[in-house]
Amino acid sequence: MGNILPYLLGGISVGGQYALIAIGYTMVYGILRLINFAHGDIFTAAGFFMVYAAASLPLYLAIPVMILLTIVMGVLVERVAYKPLRSAPRMSVMISAIGMSYLLQNVMWYITGGLAKRYPVIPWVSDSITILGSTTKRVTIITPFLTVILVVALVILIQRTKIGMAMRATSRDFETAQLMGIKIDNVISFTFVVGSALAAVGSMLYFSNYAAVTPVVGTMPGLKAFVAAVFGGIGSIPGAVLGGFIIGISETLIKGAGLTTFSDAVTFALLIIILLVKPTGLFGEKSTQKV
Amino acid sequence: MKKLSALILILAMTVSLVGCSQSSTTGNKTLYIGVFEPASGDNGAGGKQETLGIQYANSVTPTVVVNGETYNVVLKIVDNQSSTDKAPTAAQQLVSNNVSVVLGSYGSGVSMAAAPIFEQAKIPAIGCSCTNPAVTQNRPYYFRVCFIDPFQGSVMANFVKDQFNAKKAYVLNMLGEDYGSGLATYFANAFKTLGGDVKAESFPEGTSDFSAYIQNAISYGADVIFAPCSTTYASLIISQAASAGCKIPITAGDTWESSVILDAQKGTNLEVYVSTFFDENDKSSLAATFVTGFKAWLNSNPQYKTDNGGNDIVAAVSALGYDAYMTAIEAIKIAGSTKGEDIKNAISKVNFDGVTGHISFPNGGDADKSEAFIKQADNGVFKFVKRQSSAG
Repeated sequence: MGNILPYLLGGISVGGQYALIAIGYTMVYGILRLINFAHGDIFTAAGFFMVYAAASLPLYLAIPVMILLTIVMGVLVERVAYKPLRSAPRMSVMISAIGMSYLLQNVMWYITGGLAKRYPVIPWVSDSITILGSTTKRVTIITPFLTVILVVALVILIQRTKIGMAMRATSRDFETAQLMGIKIDNVISFTFVVGSALAAVGSMLYFSNYAAVTPVVGTMPGLKAFVAAVFGGIGSIPGAVLGGFIIGISETLIKGAGLTTFSDAVTFALLIIILLVKPTGLFGEKSTQKV
Repeated sequence: MKKLSALILILAMTVSLVGCSQSSTTGNKTLYIGVFEPASGDNGAGGKQETLGIQYANSVTPTVVVNGETYNVVLKIVDNQSSTDKAPTAAQQLVSNNVSVVLGSYGSGVSMAAAPIFEQAKIPAIGCSCTNPAVTQNRPYYFRVCFIDPFQGSVMANFVKDQFNAKKAYVLNMLGEDYGSGLATYFANAFKTLGGDVKAESFPEGTSDFSAYIQNAISYGADVIFAPCSTTYASLIISQAASAGCKIPITAGDTWESSVILDAQKGTNLEVYVSTFFDENDKSSLAATFVTGFKAWLNSNPQYKTDNGGNDIVAAVSALGYDAYMTAIEAIKIAGSTKGEDIKNAISKVNFDGVTGHISFPNGGDADKSEAFIKQADNGVFKFVKRQSSAG
C-alpha cells in the first residue's frame, strides 16, 4: 500500500465521527438500558437541517439553528416513542426505537424525494491542505481534536456538575434516584439533548467530508458507531471514543490493503468476536460505573 | 388535534386523487402506457429526467390512431425506488393498471427484477437507458432503445487509450450492482485486449468514505479511473478525489451524465469524462427540434425544472425516454391493437429516426446503435468531446 499516512489520516477522521455518534448510543444505554436505534437517523436529519438552514440563512446562524433543531428532534423522539413506554418491558422500547428509525427514514424520504442533497461548504473547514506530502481536507485534521475536546468537556460535565451527578445516580439505580428527588424525566431529556447535540456536530464533520446527504446515509455510520460503542463497552464514554477510532482506522487500513470488498464485513466480524471474547467490551467490566 | 390531522390527511388524499384524474376529458378511448422509473433512491435523479422525456413525448403525441379509432394515451407512472426488492411491486402495480406497454427503467437491475412480471402478463417493456445486456437476454418481452454495456465498455476503453494514451486503469464499482459491475467488467476486458493493465476494486453499498480507494488508485499509478456507479457515489468520489489532490482523469458510463456530476466537478481541476447516448448540441434537425421543444416545455412548469435538477440542460436519458415513447407509439400503430402481445410482435418491425439516432430492431431486443458520444464535465456544463465507436 506504499504510503500509509493518507490511510491513517482518513481512518482517524472517520473514527472521530463514529466516536461522536457512538457517545449518543452509549449515554442513552447507560441511563435507559435502551439501544436508541433512531440515533443514526437523527444524525441524518441533522445533515438535512443543515442543507435547508444554509439555503436560507448565513452560515454562522445556520450552524446553531441546525444543532438546535437536532436537539429538539432528539428530545421529541424520546418524548413520543420512549417515555410512554417507561414501565413497559425493555423489548417493547427497543422495538419502538426500531420503528422510530424507519419512521424517520421514510419521513425524510418523503420530504426530500430521496435524492442526494449537496451539503453546504463550510469555508476554512472544507479547504484542502497538504500534510507531509498527502493532501486532505482540513476537517480531517480537526475531527479527532474536536472529538477529544468534546469528550473531555462531557466527562467534566458528568463528573463535576449537579446534572452530571443526577445522571450518574440515575444510571446506577433508576428508582432510588427517583426516591431521592431526582426528576428522572429531566435527566433523560438532558441525556438526549447532549447525545443529539454531539450527533449534530458529528454530522457536520461527516458531511463536510462526504458532501452528499440522502435519507439512508446515516444507517451505515449509525450501525458502525453502535459497533464502536459495544466494542468499547456500551455505557462507557471513553470506551465509545476508543472503539470509534479503532473501527475507523481498521476499516481504512483494510481498504488500503486491497481487501476493499471485506471492509464492512470485518467491522461486523469484530463485533461478533468482541461479544464472544469479552461481552462487556474494552471498558465495560465495572457494571456499576455507567454513563 | 387528532381530528385536525385526520382532516388534513383526508384533504391531502383528495388533492392527490384529483391530480390523478385530470386527463381523459374527451370522448376518446384511453390507452395506458406504464412508466416504470425510479423517482427516489440512488438513481432517483436520472429516473426523473427519463420520466420527463417520456412526459414530454406524451405532450407532443398525446393520441394514437388504432384501426381508425383515436385513443388518448395516458401515462401511469410508478416509482421503483431504485431498488430491486421494490421493483416487482411497482411492476405489479402497472400490470394491475392494465397498461398496454411499459417504458423504463433507468438502472438495469430494476429492469431485470421486473422483467418476469411483465413477461407473465404478456406486456412488452421498452427500456430507455438500461444498458446491461442481461436485460433483454432470453427476455422476449424486453426491448431497449439504447446501446448496451459491452459496446459502451469497449468505447470507453478505446477512448481512454486514444485520449490519454493510458496504460494502467483503476476500475471501481459498487459491489453487487448489475449495471456497474457489468460495465466495469466489459471495460476491463476491452482495456486488457488493447494491451493495458487493470486494477479492479469494488465498494459495499452505503460507502461514504472513498479516500482509501482514491489512495489505492494513486499508489497503483493509474493513468485513468473508470468508475461506473450511481450519481450519489459519483459525487462523493469526485469531491474526495479533488480534496485528496488526485490528478487522474475520472471516466464513467452514461449514468454520470447528470447535473449532480457537474455540481461535484465544479471548482475542481479534475478531468471527468462520460460516454452518453445523445448530444444536446447535435445539429441534425430531429435532435435540434427535440432540444428546443423540450427546453420550452421544461421552462413552462417549475416542477419539471426541479425534477430536471433545477436547470434546462437536456440529459441524454430524457432523449432516450422520448425515443422509447415514440417507439411504443410506432409499434402500437403497426400492431393496430392495444393488446400487449400484438404490440410485442410489432416492435421488431419498428423502423424510424429517433432523436438519439436511427431506431430499428434487426437483432432481437436491442436497438441497432453504433456510436457513443463522449462528453467532459467542465465547470457546470458538459462539453462535447468526440463521437467514439468501439473500433477506436
